[in-house]
Amino acid sequence: MRGILSLAYKLLVNDKAKFTALLVGITFAVFLMVAMTSLFAGVLNRASATVINLGANVWIMDPSVQTVANTIGMPDYVLDAARSMDGVDYAVPVYSGGALVKLADGTWQSVNVVGLDDTSLFGRPPLIQGKIEDIYGENAFIVVKDTEFPKMGNPRIGTEFELNDHRGVIVGIATVASSGLFGVPTLYTTYERALQYIPNPRFTISYVLVKRRTPGDITRIKQQARALGYLALTKDEFMDKISAFYMFQTGLGMNLLIMTVMSFIVGLSISGQTFYTFILENLEKFGALKAIGAKSRELILMILFQASFTALTGFGLGVGLCALVIYIAKLRLPDYAAVIAWWNLYLALVMVVIIAAVSSYVGVRKVLRVEPFDIFRG
Amino acid sequence: MTAEAIDAPVTEASATKVCAIKATGLTKWFGEGEAKTTAVKDVNLETWFGEMVYIVGPSGSGKTTLLSILSGILKPNAGTVTVEGTDIWHLSGDKLADFRLNKIGFVFQDYHLFPRLTTAENVAIPLILRRKSWHDALIEAKKYLEIVGLASRADLPPVKLSGGEQQRVAIARAIAGQPDILVLDEPTASLDGDTGHAIVSFVKKNILNDKRCILIVTHDSRITELATRILKMEDGRLTGWEKGGDQ
Repeated sequence: MRGILSLAYKLLVNDKAKFTALLVGITFAVFLMVAMTSLFAGVLNRASATVINLGANVWIMDPSVQTVANTIGMPDYVLDAARSMDGVDYAVPVYSGGALVKLADGTWQSVNVVGLDDTSLFGRPPLIQGKIEDIYGENAFIVVKDTEFPKMGNPRIGTEFELNDHRGVIVGIATVASSGLFGVPTLYTTYERALQYIPNPRFTISYVLVKRRTPGDITRIKQQARALGYLALTKDEFMDKISAFYMFQTGLGMNLLIMTVMSFIVGLSISGQTFYTFILENLEKFGALKAIGAKSRELILMILFQASFTALTGFGLGVGLCALVIYIAKLRLPDYAAVIAWWNLYLALVMVVIIAAVSSYVGVRKVLRVEPFDIFRG
Repeated sequence: MTAEAIDAPVTEASATKVCAIKATGLTKWFGEGEAKTTAVKDVNLETWFGEMVYIVGPSGSGKTTLLSILSGILKPNAGTVTVEGTDIWHLSGDKLADFRLNKIGFVFQDYHLFPRLTTAENVAIPLILRRKSWHDALIEAKKYLEIVGLASRADLPPVKLSGGEQQRVAIARAIAGQPDILVLDEPTASLDGDTGHAIVSFVKKNILNDKRCILIVTHDSRITELATRILKMEDGRLTGWEKGGDQ
């Protein structure tokens, strides 16, 4: 069997022009599909940046919340109730909201302010400069050094700004796992200072962050939150909810689907056509193989192998090319939001398998119909 | 001339030789209704191991159709073909393919060599289809290339060879499976007179033996002296025979 596969391999790769055309077609299609979906994955990842960076197991929120940025304040009793729930190790409030800061040069800049629980500082980011205890100092803020950092004027420890006529001072510079989606810098401070500096409605808790005792406690916590009229979600569930919002309620998902389908059609057209031509040009040779004694299933195996080999090689090249382009783009454009996630690869692989299957089917039909007698007749 | 008359000398030979192919009542038509054309009409023949049989006749006389039926490529509408005691047209698809692989060696008119493979790889194809490993098949293929005098061309693609050399590669491929029956379709059609004669002489001298039967379809009168027997076809019927040059 390996001999037959070697024969199929040689017949394929030795026809360099056709093989190159096939690879280019599939590589291009995979590149487009992965590029489109990875951009989307990057956007979704950034949309969940706060969820990723704070890292809580369970989030309690108002059921109407759609995204982490669209907070709906909850009364203080929700925090107290959460702390008394079965299965909760501890629970802390977090504030998340937008504000405008006035920089030292007089310009205004939108920022996202995250207020961490004063006692535990749960969800604090790792610092690359400064000391975490300085966050308790007067007017203290920690700025995140991400792609939006320069918009704060590349601040250093001690840099001052104004927030709602309050003086703010940078006491630490932090790093985070994921930058935000909306292109604004992020400031961390204590929960109480956030409430003090930023005008708020009556209910001020954006989310209650919960540390559950055991993984099995999550169901009980959800039930107890539901009884209160609120929603408890795990970190992954909250990220899925945010993704679902952007995918189905913003048009982003549909646009992505259209682009991905177009990439698929381009790939299918180029590869299918080229593979069909390849089979047509070799049809007499397949007929000769039949005459010599090759069985139909052996010819089918050869064609399937050729299509699969081309598809998988093109898939690898396409993914590699996309990863390279994303890498280069991120070097030049720090805001470029593209992430190659497993689902991007699975989706592209499924599409490529379909391309290979369709191309093989066309080729197999043609080869099975060729009569060895036609080879004799010339 | 009747079928009985054609079979007569073969019966004489049967006293000392073993029957390779026996065909009875072979009929093959193409198309239906007014478009129906009968290419082979009630053909009976026997061939024997150790002989090189030519099938000759004008274009459209049914030579290639008959050869295809005898070699298990084209199913007749009527009649039987028995090879070494097996009625080949009662074999299933896979068994018929195995029969062709193991018993028949084909040399096509246009050679049908794979241009993207080397000469040795082309010759190795029947061996690979017999489940030999790529490596072993290539080593064995080179032995057959030696037989046809092309060992030094093993690593070249067929397009780098002359017509005569390509024909010899096709012969090497045909004998690589050690077939009992070798079938050559117009082997001299694409060659000049001397080369064609040399090729068929080579086949007769080096490939034909007591355990092998060679069938050649040709209309090349320059090589008739090399045949054991010559069967004449016209309008789908065997119309006569004559002894070849070595009788």
